[in-house]
Amino acid sequence: MNFQHTEDRRMLADTLNRFVSEQYGFETRDKLARSDLGFSRELWGQFAELGIIGALFSEAEGGFGGDGFDIAVVFESLGRGLVVEPFLGALIVGQAVAHAGNDAQKALIANLIDGSVVAALAHDEPGSHYELSNVTTRAVRRANGWVLAGAKAVVQQAEEAGVLLVSARTSGADGAEDGISLFLVPRDAAGLTVRGYRKIDGGRAAEVVLDDVCVGDGALLGPQDAGFATLEHSIGFGVLALCAEALGAMDVAKDFTLEYLRTRKQFGVAIGSFQALQHRMADLLLEIEQARSAVINAAAALGTGRVTRERALSAAKYSIGRIGALVAEECIQLHGGIGMTWELPLAHYAKRLVMIDHQLGDEDHHLERYIALGRS
Amino acid sequence: MDLNFTREEEAFRERIVHFLQAKLPQRLSDKVRHGKRLTRADMAEWHAILNEQGWLANHWPEQYGGPGWNAVQKFIFENECALAGAPRIVPFGVNMLGPVLIKYGSEAQKRYWLPRILDGSDWWCQGYSEPGAGSDLAAVKTTAVRGTDANGSHYIVNGQKTWTTLGQHANMIFCLVRTATDARKQEGISFLLVDMKTPGVEVRPIITLDGEHEINEVFFTDVRVPAENLVGEENKGWTYAKYLLTYERTNIAGVGFSAAALERLRKVAAKVLRNGRPLADDPLFATRLARVEIDLENMKTTNLRVIAAVAGGGVPGAESSMLKIRGTEIRQEISSLLRRAMGPYAQPFIEDALHDGYDEPPVGPEEAASAAALYFNNRKLSIFGGSNEIQKNIISKMILGL
Repeated sequence: MNFQHTEDRRMLADTLNRFVSEQYGFETRDKLARSDLGFSRELWGQFAELGIIGALFSEAEGGFGGDGFDIAVVFESLGRGLVVEPFLGALIVGQAVAHAGNDAQKALIANLIDGSVVAALAHDEPGSHYELSNVTTRAVRRANGWVLAGAKAVVQQAEEAGVLLVSARTSGADGAEDGISLFLVPRDAAGLTVRGYRKIDGGRAAEVVLDDVCVGDGALLGPQDAGFATLEHSIGFGVLALCAEALGAMDVAKDFTLEYLRTRKQFGVAIGSFQALQHRMADLLLEIEQARSAVINAAAALGTGRVTRERALSAAKYSIGRIGALVAEECIQLHGGIGMTWELPLAHYAKRLVMIDHQLGDEDHHLERYIALGRS
Repeated sequence: MDLNFTREEEAFRERIVHFLQAKLPQRLSDKVRHGKRLTRADMAEWHAILNEQGWLANHWPEQYGGPGWNAVQKFIFENECALAGAPRIVPFGVNMLGPVLIKYGSEAQKRYWLPRILDGSDWWCQGYSEPGAGSDLAAVKTTAVRGTDANGSHYIVNGQKTWTTLGQHANMIFCLVRTATDARKQEGISFLLVDMKTPGVEVRPIITLDGEHEINEVFFTDVRVPAENLVGEENKGWTYAKYLLTYERTNIAGVGFSAAALERLRKVAAKVLRNGRPLADDPLFATRLARVEIDLENMKTTNLRVIAAVAGGGVPGAESSMLKIRGTEIRQEISSLLRRAMGPYAQPFIEDALHDGYDEPPVGPEEAASAAALYFNNRKLSIFGGSNEIQKNIISKMILGL
């Protein structure tokens, strides 16, 4: 039993934390989060140069990390800075390619690591509501390739992506795990249109329509009809990443709130001297430590067998969903009126914490999944 | 970062498991598992078994008869004991008074009292709370006035202690008494050892809401206590009391108790039917069960993190307050779910079924006999040992700096 990170991992975290605190102040972040692009290409390149994207992949894949705790350390730091650059897409798409790709496809990982290609997961659909096997987009075989038709919902940073990982049904009923295939689709493919928009917590996403998009044989990632395992595997990395990101954001939200309780005066005293507020803050601290443990459990389980791994991931995402919303709501409440304002950084941490529950399955979804996995 | 036990820790765990398989009487583990009430003899029997192995006072340094375990080993031991259904170690002598004597007692006190704790010659109880001093413990009013007569120096003690757990079995009580009234209330308290057979000591039972006689009131009327029974210095008792309250709280979360109770709950949920299917498949019940299960998994890791942090031999600080709050909430929730699982059969209250020698067929599911009583009894968890609200005050002051 050992709860210390390795020396390498501590250095990685230090490097990233320093970069984020120096280059990613609130004003910079706010500007980027509201910009037309939704993030900064320049900063993305700098993150790549620092090796942060490479830390998400194993040496065999061309990176120098890829362990659950590497991913946790990186995303926790990103969460502390509310970083909007497309790390999550790079992680999920890269891990899917690493899991199922052929040699030609695996060349993409190097382009993700050096920051030259932005990747996006195009899996959720307007009616799927987090359900992983709920895929209705169709892919039909044709000479030398496939024709894809359907719609994908809230695809993160789709407008700027060079490549989309699209799930599509090649056989089976709409909710079946069997019959899902994965395709690497260039963003500029004919028939692929995006309707981009801002997100409430910053950055951009888009609705993607595939109107008979033609792709070659080389676009199929992994075996036909058996894409579910790759999807689950790579989204598992994404779930861990979001949990760790939330943890970083919680720590900062807690620190802001604590500082406010110590300095804000009402009735002639610091409001932190009121027991009603002290107990709420003590509860938050306790819950955040539980969230930290959940992230550790999930990171440790990433390399284990399917049921153990997926249960730990769902347990963590459930915990983070519940605790994240609690931290967000309590921190706003403890700040009072000022907590309602755009100018206060805390408010943006609160928004991100709540919105993380809307990515890759919310609290209820993962609790239900945890129960179902326990029966299998 | 590695959540697994090391090879040595795993070997240690196996040693504990083997010991429990060989030495824990099934009669006792059956009683514990079924929530039956333990007699004084039951508890003394288990103490004696542990003492023979040298594991009873597992928090004590080796020179006083402890096994020299580190925090991880102690955690493993308590965890496995709970999972095996071992009776809990009665903490008052071994885990509370012992460490105080070792740190603050005189050589003579250590030589005399410590061996008697180990071999069961003395059964200690705790004289802390009073009717007017609960969460505000420093408000104790029981007085001890120093005097000298033909028989030597002594204190005369007058007052009342309450919530005295298992005091009906005890022959000795350690008390917080007021020896000065002019100072700040924390500064006039002394730590005194009182023989309960002394004239003027009277123990009266308090029956708790589950019908159990677990706690007592203890009255002191002109009780003469030899001055050599003062621990440490006069008026410094608050320091010792606080040490006792924070000592060795790495296992305060009761992860093992919760794990054992959860195992029992899962078995019940697989057996009891609702709408023709097991409760475990009922979406609402399954949700409640999953929530507490996940909370416990998180808690266990939090607990191990605290243990790892103090593995160097230190004592956990205010972090143990977090463990206490969440640990007791989890235990309460599990006993609440067990009660719910019994459905209408939570209602029958057949006290005889909780004692030895009852051989009538059970009314309803086997677990129903103790489920509701246990649930009500477990309300104490968030009240004793510093209520959960007091723990939040501690977190607020010591960790948050508010």
